[in-house]
Amino acid sequence: MKNDLSQKTILLDHGSGGLASQELISNLFLKHLGNKVLSALEDSAVMENQPGRLAFTTDSYVVDPIFFPGGDIGTLAVHGTINDLAMRGARPLCLSLGLILEEGLPLADLERIIISIRDASQNSGVPIVTGDTKVVPRGKADKIFINTSGIGMVAEEVEISATRAKAGDKIILSGSMGDHGITIMTRRAGIALAGDLRSDSMALHTMVRNLLAGLPPDSIHTLRDPTRGGVATTLCEIAGSSGLMIEIEESRIPVRVEVRAACEILGLDPLYLANEGKCLALVAPDIADQALALMQSCPEGTEAAIIGTVTSGAAGRVVLKTTIGGTRVITPLHGAPLPRIC
Amino acid sequence: MKYVDEFRNPELTTQLLHELTAATTKPFRVMEVCGTHTMAIFRSGLRAMLPPDIELISGPGCPVCVTSASHIDAFLQMAELPGTQLAVFGDLFRVPGSNGTTLAHARARGAKIDVVYSPMDGLELARQNPAEQVIFPGIGFETTTPGIAATILAARQQNIDNFMVFSTHKTMLPPLMALLGDPALAIDGLLCPGHVSSIIGAAAYQPLAEENHLSCVVGGFEPTDILQALILMARQISEGRAEVENAYTRAVTWEGNARARTMVAKIFEPVDMEWRGLGLIKGSGLAIREEYTQFDAQSRLSITVPESKEPPGCLCGQILKGMTTPPVCPLFGRRCTPGTPIGPCMVSSEGTCSAWFTYGNYSENNLGLNTI
Repeated sequence: MKNDLSQKTILLDHGSGGLASQELISNLFLKHLGNKVLSALEDSAVMENQPGRLAFTTDSYVVDPIFFPGGDIGTLAVHGTINDLAMRGARPLCLSLGLILEEGLPLADLERIIISIRDASQNSGVPIVTGDTKVVPRGKADKIFINTSGIGMVAEEVEISATRAKAGDKIILSGSMGDHGITIMTRRAGIALAGDLRSDSMALHTMVRNLLAGLPPDSIHTLRDPTRGGVATTLCEIAGSSGLMIEIEESRIPVRVEVRAACEILGLDPLYLANEGKCLALVAPDIADQALALMQSCPEGTEAAIIGTVTSGAAGRVVLKTTIGGTRVITPLHGAPLPRIC
Repeated sequence: MKYVDEFRNPELTTQLLHELTAATTKPFRVMEVCGTHTMAIFRSGLRAMLPPDIELISGPGCPVCVTSASHIDAFLQMAELPGTQLAVFGDLFRVPGSNGTTLAHARARGAKIDVVYSPMDGLELARQNPAEQVIFPGIGFETTTPGIAATILAARQQNIDNFMVFSTHKTMLPPLMALLGDPALAIDGLLCPGHVSSIIGAAAYQPLAEENHLSCVVGGFEPTDILQALILMARQISEGRAEVENAYTRAVTWEGNARARTMVAKIFEPVDMEWRGLGLIKGSGLAIREEYTQFDAQSRLSITVPESKEPPGCLCGQILKGMTTPPVCPLFGRRCTPGTPIGPCMVSSEGTCSAWFTYGNYSENNLGLNTI
């Protein structure tokens, strides 16, 4: 019975700092996530100095359901923070892991999430070096909330930001959009749809590293991961920050047929659905084809496509050329996307 | 994607646009009755591609938009009753009642409100929570009502007695009759709602066409569907005809869906109904019949439907009647945006104001710029 977690749940004791906390740390967290820095159990992690400038980011994960096709809250917590670092051109160095657990969370669920975190961390080569766990009374949180912060290093010559987009830049989307958002929405609603709907949760730093290594210096101007608010909202943010206009073509934007079908049924626009393993890259026009080919040669970007262009037109505006040849303006997401009545 | 891509084919669209231009020999005004049409026309970019002689105005066919503030107030009252839980369609969630409060506010204050995708999900909630009274605020037209009727029948068959519907269901023809009786609304054609027509049948528009000398064409929701409907309408208008035609034959028949209508008639009976912006319209609503009163929230719970108060300055009423367009409203794009909606036409994603704001390039900074 020693390792039988199936009957056990998280109790307030596990967050007390006492014996139960110690057991949880040793038998679960260190068992799966242990490394030289974390296992020392010091109050903070001390890292070796690295060349370059420091990138630092944080994100909290409260997704419901906590398990879904293509990932779980643990994979998101690792990939999401790694991607935020990668979008500034940083090489991710290490992550922190803060857990807020609801009393009554099955220990088996927690272990499943910790194993996901371990796999995501190992596969991406970014260790968890410090962590914290709190337990709150039942009803004060929803099963599990995770916060991860990440530190990365940006090479001196790398300067990637939304403000650096330039007129003429080509916009590359690294793959199909909407997979994560529609998977979560349909799972949450208990809607069973035929076809393979799954989250695209994925770390993008290796692909970004390959892009930076394979392209001329200063040719990647902007990288952004279109998470909440989707491709539409992210492009609006880039247009706003850069003071430029963005034109995209509906027929060039990759959307998987299952995602399109689900969106048609629910009255949703895939442009506004969250992605967790995609990036938008704004690159100099002369190397756009090279950048596209590089992306497509990476497993994270096999379906990458050039979806549009940055222009010097009306500042801050995003315009979509529709499939039938019309145009419409794209605005940021207002409120949460909700399914419509008919 | 089959049944979608072929109806968004760019070459076919261009060809149909040429045909429409050729068929349009004089200017005409069309009311697109249905909110889904309004949205599809904007979203596909079709609005800006149509011949300039065709003027499109939006009608009262967005079910969320025409739900009166007093009914929202009643839903809010129910949400706050102890031991109740509301199961609602998503786009009802942010519609403000008389004092600006929404179901989203009520949920934040602790009311139990679940967004569901089908009334059957509401029934399932009731089954899973036998200690709660699960109430489904019934909104919508002929398209939605059969699903509600089927859910009530299922509740009876399965002996689920903690599920109720608060019916504000509406029928499409009475308000159209009322609107068309107003000479100020000078329209030449009606783009009839495809979904509603699949139930009521194209034949249902015959009295409208005859009494008002109005071209009535049933249209689908893809760009080529809409263009085909407009071509038929343009030809009628050029030739001085006023008939009912069906351009959406893959979904709509002349007779409609008699089985669905029979099921609705079994559960519901016609009543006078209040419409946001249009007021009380005789025989335009559906109430649950006495035989099914155990599922009728209005008669089982002591809910008083207060008198509606429209937000000051809001022109949704005029917009729903097709009498004006959103940019004329002093609130539009300034105080009233999809993020901070004041009137119902801004709340629903199918609402006329929301469509104009989202796709028409209006924002607080560039009001009035409608071309790109």
